[in-house]
Amino acid sequence: MKSLADLEKIREEARRMTDLREGKAQTKVIIGMGTCGIAAGARETMKAILDEINKRNLSGIALTPTGCLGLCEQEPIVEVEIPGQPRIIYGKVTPEKARQIVAKHLVNNNIIGEWVIGRK
Amino acid sequence: MAIYRSHVLVCGGTPCLLKGARTIRNLFQQEINRYQMADEIRVVETGCLGPCDEGPVVIIYPEGVMYSRLQPTDIPKIVEHHLYKGRVVEELVYRERKDSKEISSKVPLEGEKYLDRQKRVVLRNCGRINPDLIEEYIANHGYEALGKVLTELRPEQVVEIVTASKLQGRGGAGFPTGLKWSFTAKTQADRKYIVCNADEGEPGTFKDRLIMEGDPHSIIEGMAIAGYAVGAEEGIIYIRGEYHLSIERMARAIRQANEHGLLGKNIFGSGFSFQIEIRSGAGAYICGEETALIESIEGSRGEPRVKPPYPGVAGLWGKPTVVNNVETLANIAPIILNGPEWFRSIGTESSPGTKVFTMLGDINNQGLIEVPMGITLREIVYEVGGGIPGGKGFKMAQTGGTSGGCLPMEFLDMPMDYDTLSKVGSALGSGAMLIIDDTHCIVDVLKSFMKFFCHESCGKCTPCREGNTRLYEILTALSAGTATKAHIQLMKDLARTMQLTALCGLGQSAPNSLITCLRFFADEIEAHLNGKCPTGVCKSLATQFEAV
Repeated sequence: MKSLADLEKIREEARRMTDLREGKAQTKVIIGMGTCGIAAGARETMKAILDEINKRNLSGIALTPTGCLGLCEQEPIVEVEIPGQPRIIYGKVTPEKARQIVAKHLVNNNIIGEWVIGRK
Repeated sequence: MAIYRSHVLVCGGTPCLLKGARTIRNLFQQEINRYQMADEIRVVETGCLGPCDEGPVVIIYPEGVMYSRLQPTDIPKIVEHHLYKGRVVEELVYRERKDSKEISSKVPLEGEKYLDRQKRVVLRNCGRINPDLIEEYIANHGYEALGKVLTELRPEQVVEIVTASKLQGRGGAGFPTGLKWSFTAKTQADRKYIVCNADEGEPGTFKDRLIMEGDPHSIIEGMAIAGYAVGAEEGIIYIRGEYHLSIERMARAIRQANEHGLLGKNIFGSGFSFQIEIRSGAGAYICGEETALIESIEGSRGEPRVKPPYPGVAGLWGKPTVVNNVETLANIAPIILNGPEWFRSIGTESSPGTKVFTMLGDINNQGLIEVPMGITLREIVYEVGGGIPGGKGFKMAQTGGTSGGCLPMEFLDMPMDYDTLSKVGSALGSGAMLIIDDTHCIVDVLKSFMKFFCHESCGKCTPCREGNTRLYEILTALSAGTATKAHIQLMKDLARTMQLTALCGLGQSAPNSLITCLRFFADEIEAHLNGKCPTGVCKSLATQFEAV
């Protein structure tokens, strides 16, 4: 360790790993993972989102599965909740669409209107 | 370092490990692999999470849900329902009290009385980071204080900060840490030493063990800062021999700190060098006394030295030596980073900061807690501790381990800090908090305390060697119904003599429990003279009593 800057570098890198435990994640991405969701491919959707988060080195995002929302027809369903904004629910999210949601909605804050099936 | 969507923190403190936490951890990993989620979910073994009696304990993030008392058969259920499908398994979630029906679905760091009343400074990382990964310590501001000290402050400024914080030694005696450092800093010598006293032998105390297991780097950082402040380049951690896991985790942490250049030569390019080595004790209680500990490091029989000179001036190998307790050292980095004013804002004016307690005995939430100094006994027992099981009444609390005094019900509203406790003949000591309910007999309890001291007295000085044995004999006579009124006076005289003349803290504090009980439970003790044991615990008396 040569300087405080070296320490800072390690900390920034390590923080990405432990942020999750601080309860500070601002943005929530929730994926329906009931039997209907899993059958429709929600697992692949989730993997795509996590992969995209990793590729883009994003932090402060809590990615969690949840039970069936009651809109089985629309699965896989992905909800995006950014503080201070309405919750956006996307339907029939394929892995490819999921990657675009990360790029457009999470990174650039542009809602992809044509895939939205609900707002809260 | 990859980002995971979920972290499963499995408590890897000794109490949980004894209850099978390693199997639980392996099962989590196995099940997660089976569901092909290995690159989504990370399983982390941490230090102690606190509720030791509820082990094995697991917390799952980002939800912050705590599961307790886990059995191997529970794991597939948690992995399938919680981790795979996103539904919390309510029936396995940690409940605040055993006898409460309420289930709290989430245990983040708020909302629960058990955690609500706590203030985590020393245990800031315990149960939240993987102690085997230096990166996780660094992620939580680890080694920032050392960096600040080495690059911005002069050694005397560091001593000033610690003095201004009014931090007192957390090993038992409560000696001001800043003052201790200043003695060694002022003494000129070619070599000086920092010794971390991790020979935790007080019955019922396991806080140092769990701090070392849960956050070893906080001790390393504290020692290095102490070294810079007093001008020492060598540190020794003297760890109790039975603490295998503490030794293992400390050793790994020291190795990692060396690899990262946080120990060794020229740290942060400041020219300051510091090395740490580990010595393990052989299981003698007396070696927790600082001069006996130093004798033991030097390879001699662990017997206390005559003081003065104090170790601060002439300690290890005759050189100036700072001996600090594990918990004391773990307080150093936060004090440097947040300032002495911040530290003084916690706790009471004369005893600032927090205190780590190990709660045990007749209490619902047994385990490790950290509370601000000055919290009342009632709050500890009935709020943090969740009360006494089985609806029984509170009889007494022994603070400070077996060498501490016993406090009856009248003291429930007394603030817990160094000053107040020493005024009533007890001590905050090492932080053991033994709660005893009203079904126990005082004479019987005292007997078991004195038996311990008979065993652990090193035999060097007469008051301790003889005194403990005689006290034990008289207590045995009391419980057998053969003691006389003169015995009570004899006990008082013996106890006073030991307090005044024993060579070290062991003999001086051994009669504390007896003296306080003679004062607060005189009626119960004297009843034994008349052949009665009010609780019916002393068997020979109980039968006599019933026969009458």
